[in-house]
Amino acid sequence: MNFSEVFKLSSLLCKFSPDGKYLASCVQYRLVVRDVNTLQILQLYTCLDQIQHIEWSADSLFILCAMYKRGLVQVWSLEQPEWHCKIDEGSAGLVASCWSPDGRHILNTTEFHLRITVWSLCTKSVSYIKYPKACLQGITFTRDGRYMALAERRDCKDYVSIFVCSDWQLLRHFDTDTQDLTGIEWAPNGCVLAVWDTCLEYKILLYSLDGRLLSAYSAYEWSLGIKSVAWSPSSQFLAVGSYDGKVRILNHVTWKMITEFGHPATINNPKIVVYKEAEKSPQLGLGCLSFPPPGAGASPLLSSESKYEIASVPVSLQTLKPVTDRANPKIGIGMLAFSPDSYFLATRNDNIPNAVWVWDIQKLRLFAVLEQLSPVRTFQWDPQQPRLAICTGGSRLYLWSPAGCMSVQVPGEGDFAVLSLCWHLSGDSMALLSKDHVCLCFLETEAAVSTACRQLGGHT
Amino acid sequence: MGDWMTVTDRGLSSESKTISQYTSEIKMSPSSLYSQQVLCSSIPLSKNVHSFFSAFCTEDNIEQSISYLDQELTTFGFPSLYEESKGKETKRELNIVAVLNCMNELLVLQRKNLLAQENVETQNLKLGSDMDHLQSCYSKLKEQLETSRREMIGLQERDRQLQCKNRSLHQLLKNEKDEVQKLQNIIASRATQYNHDMKRKEREYNKLKERLHQLVMNKKDKKIAMDILNYVGRADGKRGSWRTGKTEARNEDEMYKILLNDYEYRQKQILMENAELKKVLQQMKKEMISLLSPQKKKPRERVDDSTGTVISDVEEDAGELSRESMWDLSCETVREQLTNSIRKQWRILKSHVEKLDNQVSKVHLEGFNDEDVISRQDHEQETEKLELEIQQCKEMIKTQQQLLQQLATACDDDTTSLLRDCYLLEEKERLKEEWSLFKEQKKNFERERRSFTEAAIRLGLERKAFEEERASWLKQQFLNMTTFDHQNSENVKLFSAFSGSSDWDNLIVHSRQPQKKPHSVSNGSPVCMSKLTKSLPASPSTSDFCQTRSCVSEHSSINVLNITPEEIKPNQVGGECTNQKWSVASRPGSQEGCYSGCSLTYTNSHVEKDDLP
Repeated sequence: MNFSEVFKLSSLLCKFSPDGKYLASCVQYRLVVRDVNTLQILQLYTCLDQIQHIEWSADSLFILCAMYKRGLVQVWSLEQPEWHCKIDEGSAGLVASCWSPDGRHILNTTEFHLRITVWSLCTKSVSYIKYPKACLQGITFTRDGRYMALAERRDCKDYVSIFVCSDWQLLRHFDTDTQDLTGIEWAPNGCVLAVWDTCLEYKILLYSLDGRLLSAYSAYEWSLGIKSVAWSPSSQFLAVGSYDGKVRILNHVTWKMITEFGHPATINNPKIVVYKEAEKSPQLGLGCLSFPPPGAGASPLLSSESKYEIASVPVSLQTLKPVTDRANPKIGIGMLAFSPDSYFLATRNDNIPNAVWVWDIQKLRLFAVLEQLSPVRTFQWDPQQPRLAICTGGSRLYLWSPAGCMSVQVPGEGDFAVLSLCWHLSGDSMALLSKDHVCLCFLETEAAVSTACRQLGGHT
Repeated sequence: MGDWMTVTDRGLSSESKTISQYTSEIKMSPSSLYSQQVLCSSIPLSKNVHSFFSAFCTEDNIEQSISYLDQELTTFGFPSLYEESKGKETKRELNIVAVLNCMNELLVLQRKNLLAQENVETQNLKLGSDMDHLQSCYSKLKEQLETSRREMIGLQERDRQLQCKNRSLHQLLKNEKDEVQKLQNIIASRATQYNHDMKRKEREYNKLKERLHQLVMNKKDKKIAMDILNYVGRADGKRGSWRTGKTEARNEDEMYKILLNDYEYRQKQILMENAELKKVLQQMKKEMISLLSPQKKKPRERVDDSTGTVISDVEEDAGELSRESMWDLSCETVREQLTNSIRKQWRILKSHVEKLDNQVSKVHLEGFNDEDVISRQDHEQETEKLELEIQQCKEMIKTQQQLLQQLATACDDDTTSLLRDCYLLEEKERLKEEWSLFKEQKKNFERERRSFTEAAIRLGLERKAFEEERASWLKQQFLNMTTFDHQNSENVKLFSAFSGSSDWDNLIVHSRQPQKKPHSVSNGSPVCMSKLTKSLPASPSTSDFCQTRSCVSEHSSINVLNITPEEIKPNQVGGECTNQKWSVASRPGSQEGCYSGCSLTYTNSHVEKDDLP
């Protein structure tokens, strides 16, 4: 595993282009585009204010930079550096900005969710969509980029509108049987839309593309409900994580629950491998002590080592006592993600924040549990293979695969606190983001290893 | 007892009253130990008493005392101490016999009383101890009763408390339930209220939003604008199209197309899955049929006829429709048929399995039944038999092992030879044949040799005769030519020395033209032979001849050849002989025999050589 040198970064804004060739990162009001392979700066754009959001267009030709405070969006072209585009939302304000899947339209949400403005880069036309709902996930596009589903709120009722992205024509408009719709999500095949209600009520509704209600599912009543939802990449399963600390898997034929995965704090099943991160301070030899202490650069390396140990069952995981009288209590399944091959599901129970649970979807059972020393911040699957990268806000990167797991110290001066990470689409590298730095991590691929071997062979 | 006796004796000897007193005293004593003590203490007292009571009978009042005693005794039913008075006036006399009898009786009575007293006392003691025991038991039981009573009270108290608690808990539960209900109601009401409020707020919010919208959007905000260098082309290169009814219809079409595709895809998947499941089902069914058909004969008798019919049904079906087509038909009739048949078969299988289970359980149950005993005997016999067999087998194995070991020890020479024999059997056979041939040849040779020797003898005889003749001739010559000088005689000697050879030379030359140096052969030495062979042209016939010659020379014909140089005139006989010999030698069979002999030795050596490494 190799690490690049660190680059400056602000507000965790760093993204690989969808074609995997470029890496865009923001430093204050500057946008830097680098080549992924050489890491050389290809373009450098200067925006009008501190950038708060960036997004690549689907064809990797444009990048939009949103400056919410100023109600501004600036678009840059990679092919024509001199090309510029600035969208000013004026007094209406701006809270969200995103590309349409064709990469030629920008959807800006004004303050108070008054409307969504669809700006076109091809024509002068501007479209408005009124009554968008202010919710967690109100806009969703199908994988093929054909349709957009939008949550709306009119007259105290929830509606979903389906638009054709090519000409922004309203295809379907239907009300949903929800109290307070919180999120919508297309199935990867683009034919089923999952709609879930507010956390006060456990309710998930499944709509066909033509607006028919396929099924409604509710696990229980009178308690905090759904916290997270994820489709499997095969569109076969819908995983619903809820505040009761369970994940329920619905199937795509009957839309009934197949199984539910509980997240108990103690693991008794001896079949389950529990990886426990263990930290041990390196034993400093007398020789080391006699020398003057090394520079600050080497100190984090010497400070401690961490490795995974396989804990013997029963294992009790560290739990967090949630504060129940506050909003958004730290309980329930807050994060879940399917592996790209749909074989595994990674989850995190928010009141056991140090643990990541990996479930085997083929056998519908728990496969492994990773307990970190500090709360898990994010995890993300390798887009190519079942390999999970985890970061906990420390200076280490953790990787899990069915073969095992490992922890890697991110080298560099000072502590590189990995707050977030994102995989390159090839799965060969990933960007590790700290508060104000970014660092690329190159994983040893088989090809690389083989070339190295070949080189070695050539030498001998 | 002894003590007792003495005491009583003493008492008796003194006065009966004292005795009665004593006895009464003794009687009062609760235990023997105690009584003894009392007695011990009372003995000195009795003396005093004695002295004190001596007043009862004195010299003066003998009469009175006697009469008193008499009275007393008569009242107690004893015979009177006095003799039967003959007259009233006469003074009654003391009857000594009666007194003694009385005394004796009294003593006997006393003893009896004592015994009885003893018995009573022991009984008393026993009873006393029993009493004590019972009393202790009683007290103990009383205590127990007390404690159990207390316990019972405690338990009752606890029970009461628990009941109270239970009641309170029930009450609490009820309260809680009520509470829950209430809370649920409250939640519901709150929810509705919240929703209501939310709606209200939302309406207000919407109103505000509307207002804001109007305010912000309708003001024709100049700021809301897009500043773009130039418009870029669409990603697909197409131009934007106007929104018309057509596009709407097209969009609808497309949407349905997508949906249809999805459904088709799913249907395909389901069909595939179905087909696989059908395959599995078919296989299962086949297996079931195959499983059930072997016991068709039996179950047909046992199980009702349905089994047979089902199977035959299936078979008929199979006959009517080809399997594949039947399976592909997923119409309802076939499905029904299929499910029915499978269900039936499953039932049969189930019943069969159950029967088997029953049988197994029966066997388990009948573990001690007579039949089983018999079977067990059989079993034992069988096992015995088997054990015997095993024993035999083991012995066999042992002997085999021994043999093998022996073989292994002796294998160094024997086995190798055996093995070799095995390998050379064929060759041996061949060699035997050759050997027989050779023998025959040898016989021939022998015969020839015999004839040869005969001939030689004859020759010798002839030679002798010749010698004699010559001698006579020489004599005659000598006699005739007495003038011959000494040289001549020497010449003659020389001639005689070389005569045979020259003659033989001639013979050889005659017989074999190419021989250039025949005289050297006359020596019969192997060197000459080699010379001869060298000089000979390498024609096969000649080489053969040479070899035969060498062979023959080695074996038998050496003396013959040795004889030849000394012969003076072998022309007739010798020629004959040699001719004979050559003829023999040139005979192909004999040649071969010679060869074979050589080859035999050769092969033997070869084999041995082979064995060396």
